[in-house]
Amino acid sequence: MSSMFTIFALAACLGAIAVVISQSIARMAFWLIVSLGSVAGLFFLSDADFIGAAQLLIYVGGTLVLLVFGIMLTASGPYMKIETSPAETMIAGMIGLLFLFMVFSTISGVDWEGSRQQIVEATGQPSGTVGFDDNSEGNTLRPLGFAVLGLRPDRDLASGQNTSPGYLLPFEIASVHLLVVLIGASYLARAKRRRDVA
Amino acid sequence: MQPSLSNYLLVGAVLFVCGVICMATKRNGIGVLMGVELVLNGANINFVAFSKFTALGLDGQVFSLFVIVLAAAEAAVALAIALNFYNNHLTIDVDRGNKLKG
Repeated sequence: MSSMFTIFALAACLGAIAVVISQSIARMAFWLIVSLGSVAGLFFLSDADFIGAAQLLIYVGGTLVLLVFGIMLTASGPYMKIETSPAETMIAGMIGLLFLFMVFSTISGVDWEGSRQQIVEATGQPSGTVGFDDNSEGNTLRPLGFAVLGLRPDRDLASGQNTSPGYLLPFEIASVHLLVVLIGASYLARAKRRRDVA
Repeated sequence: MQPSLSNYLLVGAVLFVCGVICMATKRNGIGVLMGVELVLNGANINFVAFSKFTALGLDGQVFSLFVIVLAAAEAAVALAIALNFYNNHLTIDVDRGNKLKG
């Protein structure tokens, strides 16, 4: 379990670093596939089976193929490699390392378990949710489906109150948003007919 | 030793910083898009990790699902814009898009 986490975490981090370092845009796409696939593995390890499957299907199978098509349509001859100047790379790397150090020190400075106990005591939230225990770990498909339909049996059964909000409205907004975006994208990318001046 | 919450957050932080550097330094428009994808994935790791280790429960997973869907939509529109840019400028170098410069 832990060794799998180490492998996937290292692959995700090294893939992301390789995306930054490599200069050829096609290699960047390859390393992005490695990184995002390892992130899907991390999702599987953290009991989020449906999210991991969605990550593999939508990101690695959909978005990245779209990006590769974009590379194919725009990378012609001399523009395969567009170099960044070394000074810019140095400055960006130093600022990135500083930012990374700041985030690392912040994360390791927080007592996560203690703050979780405080939240549970202050709000009376259930510390665990029904259908989320060891017996059915990772089996989140049904709770997720209920949640996007506006029902939260996982929360309501655990707390005894019938007040937990679902995600029906965001789900509808996302679906309409997808429709609008796809129509708009095909409108933007259409082949333009040159209009002759009469 | 089981991985703790901090381990997941550290991986997410590395992905986020790599994405930001990618967005800032790459001159290829598609490369900038890849940086955005890395940033969104770093945020997704944090959502799922908090969903596993804290009282957040299933909400984090629902959020990361929405992030994945909206990232796909964003990639489609950004790619259409990049293709239009390429048709007008015959390159994808974002430094050439300086027509609005005062």
